[in-house]
Amino acid sequence: MIEIKKLHKSYPIGKDKLHVLKGIDLHIKEGEFVSIMGSSGSGKSTLLNIVGLLDEHDEGEYYLNGQLIDNLNEKKAAILRNKFLGFVFQSFNLISYKTALENVALPLYYKGMARKERLKIAMEYLEKVELGPWANHLPNELSGGQKQRVAIARALVTQPKVVLADEPTGALDSTTTDNVMDLLRDINNEGMTVFVITHEEEVAEQTKRVVRLKDGVIISDELTKTKTI
Amino acid sequence: MKFLFDSDTWQEIYGSIRKNKMRTIITIIGVLWGIFLLVVLLGAARGIENNFNKIFGSFATNSVFVWTQATDTPFKGFQKNRRFSLTLKDVEILKSEYSEEIKLLAPRNQTSNLIVKGFKTGTFQVSGDYPVLDKIQKKDLLYGRFLNGNDILSTAKVCVISEEMYKQLFDKNEKPIGQLVKINNINYKVVGVYKRSQGVSFDGDSAYIPFTTFQKVYNTGNRIDWMMITANEGIDIEQMEADILLTLKNLHKVHPEDKRAFGSVNLGVEIAKITGFLTGMQFLTWFVGIATLIAGVFAIGNILLITVKERTKEIGIRRALGATPVSIRRQIVLESIFLTTVAGMLGIVFGALVLYFLEMLVGQGDDAVLVNPTVNIPIILIAFLTLTILGTLIGLIPAYMATLVKPIEALREE
Repeated sequence: MIEIKKLHKSYPIGKDKLHVLKGIDLHIKEGEFVSIMGSSGSGKSTLLNIVGLLDEHDEGEYYLNGQLIDNLNEKKAAILRNKFLGFVFQSFNLISYKTALENVALPLYYKGMARKERLKIAMEYLEKVELGPWANHLPNELSGGQKQRVAIARALVTQPKVVLADEPTGALDSTTTDNVMDLLRDINNEGMTVFVITHEEEVAEQTKRVVRLKDGVIISDELTKTKTI
Repeated sequence: MKFLFDSDTWQEIYGSIRKNKMRTIITIIGVLWGIFLLVVLLGAARGIENNFNKIFGSFATNSVFVWTQATDTPFKGFQKNRRFSLTLKDVEILKSEYSEEIKLLAPRNQTSNLIVKGFKTGTFQVSGDYPVLDKIQKKDLLYGRFLNGNDILSTAKVCVISEEMYKQLFDKNEKPIGQLVKINNINYKVVGVYKRSQGVSFDGDSAYIPFTTFQKVYNTGNRIDWMMITANEGIDIEQMEADILLTLKNLHKVHPEDKRAFGSVNLGVEIAKITGFLTGMQFLTWFVGIATLIAGVFAIGNILLITVKERTKEIGIRRALGATPVSIRRQIVLESIFLTTVAGMLGIVFGALVLYFLEMLVGQGDDAVLVNPTVNIPIILIAFLTLTILGTLIGLIPAYMATLVKPIEALREE
């Protein structure tokens, strides 16, 4: 699903270059539930941005769903994002003047789906995250956990290949964190590839595979003990 | 172009416009004000122009009026302050000497008299005139006819009265034609009733009687009070006026430099002054209107630019969700066009309403300031089209700015 070979990325800082990713090799197969662990500055966000086609890598190869990602223009990137990727952000990133339902339906709008149909599908996904009764609420009328569930519904609505979650629980308390992680696990159990970035040990423990990143290199890559729920 | 008819496109625009109410209102006011001013100014200018046309409309615009006053320079043994009269002899000489230049010449005599009809009386102006007067200053006849050649030849005791005189002297629904009225104790048969023109008039409510009859009744001999002259096409009317005055000065032994002896008005020159003023006003109108319009459009661009900055994050989210740069640009340009169009339409409607009220307030009756203040539809369409094009162009700037920001940078902003 995601195959990364010898990936390098550096950012210019003044005259110097900040080498963030120093040769990452990572292979994520379909249906995996992977977390990238690392302290801030380890390069995990940069990795997610590259995987999410929000940023470009300098060296190395990146295959998304078997397709080599190279010299993408914005339009192609947008289409690929819409088709293969679903994003969940730390700060939810819902559009403030759209209702929960409309927020969930937005990726389908960019897919070119008719309004009626996409609202129907969006409603299904909202119900899946148990927010059906809140469909017509604006984001500021929802709690943090509810917002994140709306964001997850939005990430899922296009039936992507991979869900990319950037610190999905960073802004949540421990109870809602567990709820959100449970939800992500449920999604994974249905066969979706889920790719979580976090710096919290407890969050990482709930995934099936933890990749630890430090100073731009992978220092460990191991499967977690399968927990019985 | 399919997206234009896609309800989703408009749903998105509606959403973002509704969210940013303040910006929407300010933007709309900017453009609305511009096109509103343009419409109102153009309409008012047109109204004033129409008003002038109404005032001078009944006159041949190449007319010169000449009368005598008192001399201000002693000449050939005469002292200054000498008074004298124009005569029919002058008329004949002018007609033959300036046969090429002069198209029509009407010698006129005027006095004021009590006019009696039964028990009703009124004091009115009485003019002794030739039929040619009707060609220089068109008479709008309600009943009957104006004076004709026969009246002149037969020194007929006939008169043409004004509508106002008819109302004062006659009973309601009384037929005026063929009735007798007494002017200076002499009976005249009414042959016509005219409506006074609304504009400039050198006659008041005047009863017109044949020139020859006036000569006899008031014993004016060859003397005339003044004359109206119109020039042929293509004649330099100012030059003609100067030449005629010089000839008359010569005939009446007046010093050539005498400034006071003859009075004259050149209607052509006066009208040229006013039309020049009108042209200037129209230019000003266009200038102010278009400048305001452009300022309004820039205001839209400016506000869109600010909101694009405010909305970087939203745009980033949209792009992460699969919005292509084209779809983002399209949305912002459409927002711009939509705002300018709505504002433009509102401006036109409000402008038209104001013109309508202006017309009701100061556009009615004889002393109207603005007559029929309107703006041509093509002008409106052109202004509207220009507005839309400018709106599109100005929308391109923020649209371009919006796509310059990489989604990752947009999302990073907190």
